[in-house]
Amino acid sequence: MSDRIIINTTINGEPLEFMADTRDSLLEALRDRIGLTGAKEGCNNGNCGACSVIMDGRLVNSCCVLAAEVEGADITTVEGLEQNGQLSTLQQTFLEDAALQCGICTPGFLVASTALLDFNPHPTEHEIRYWLAGNLCRCTGYDKIVRAVQHAAEVGS
Amino acid sequence: MQDVKYVKPKSLQEAVRILQESGPTARVLAGGTDIIVMARERRRDTSLFVDIKAIPEMMGISFDPQSGLTLGAARPLYQLYRDEMMRRVYPALVDSASLIGGTAIQGRASLGGNLCNAGPAGDSIPSIIAMEGTANIIGPNGERQVKAEEFCTGPGRNVLQPGEIVVSLHFPAPRPNSSARFLRFIPRNEMDIAVVNCATNLTLEGNTVTHARMAIGAVAATPLFVPAAGAALEGKPLTDETIAAAANASRDAATPIDDMRGSIRQRKHLAYVLAERTIRDAVHRIRGEATEYH
Repeated sequence: MSDRIIINTTINGEPLEFMADTRDSLLEALRDRIGLTGAKEGCNNGNCGACSVIMDGRLVNSCCVLAAEVEGADITTVEGLEQNGQLSTLQQTFLEDAALQCGICTPGFLVASTALLDFNPHPTEHEIRYWLAGNLCRCTGYDKIVRAVQHAAEVGS
Repeated sequence: MQDVKYVKPKSLQEAVRILQESGPTARVLAGGTDIIVMARERRRDTSLFVDIKAIPEMMGISFDPQSGLTLGAARPLYQLYRDEMMRRVYPALVDSASLIGGTAIQGRASLGGNLCNAGPAGDSIPSIIAMEGTANIIGPNGERQVKAEEFCTGPGRNVLQPGEIVVSLHFPAPRPNSSARFLRFIPRNEMDIAVVNCATNLTLEGNTVTHARMAIGAVAATPLFVPAAGAALEGKPLTDETIAAAANASRDAATPIDDMRGSIRQRKHLAYVLAERTIRDAVHRIRGEATEYH
């Protein structure tokens, strides 16, 4: 048996109350109940980072968080990166520097990179690669992603 | 995920009562990076998640130079390696915390969870053993302490009885002139399971080793405390010969299997190499020098 629960949380700066089952992951709640489909299900076991979100200031895999656990939490998804219709610096550099092909990993990489530059505004290439080690990309070979993050760090936010 | 319920107790007593009443399919939920996945894949039958993150004793940290470190079992790893005291005083635990999974895993996972998961290759466990960690356990029959080297009983199995929770890990106060190092060998550069891992905790008076403690992992059904490695170093000047003797003790203690990550022969070799490297890097740290191996 699962229980039906009401969760109160803040998503992308807006208070939100939503209904979920106790068996839902945060990823399932975001996609299927709240309608925020930016976070993707790539592996459902914490390896690929396609489901990355920021929870209370730290990067997490939303497939490894229960919806029930976000009561009172502050969540940022890829949908929350733009400000007043303006793409974030990282979103701009990902586009300009061709840091995506099919795009399925891109929401995860954008969220993870945002979390990185929030924590460390001037990371070395080594630091970028290690921070992003939990985000997998089948298409790009990673170099353009790393350069887009470096470019965004140079530009500043 | 299949049907599962969720509860978030506010106290240890409440958590123990819930676990006892709900039986073995009630699972403690700390970071969830192992248990949520295992529940979803039906590798651990789960009817109830007991979220313990509202219990302060399980999340906190307290350090005193006399009495040592008491670390909440569920404290997330990123809060260990961003802690200046932890980096300075318990660097092997910081080594482990920095290597488990990746950034997103470290935002949630914990040393206590890694220990209780009791993976043979668990990346925190050799460090916890080398640092003389003790698990503070609470359960229906009260409190007890179990040394880290006695905690894991087999792959994925530990000494916890029904209704018991690891509340915190205790580590002794640091000895002067001591430091420690954890290293692992993995097939990739990151985000992988250890082929072999190793932690060494050393105390030097001048060039004489007055205390040495080593543990190795991924080479047996559980992580191994290797007393013979410490004995090969203790009470003697540190030389290439004593280091080789300790590394041989590590290799001798290793009883690995062949699997997709490595062969028996490779793992025995790595048990030697990582023993040697962790000893040398612990010495570098004691002397305030940069570590040499990665």
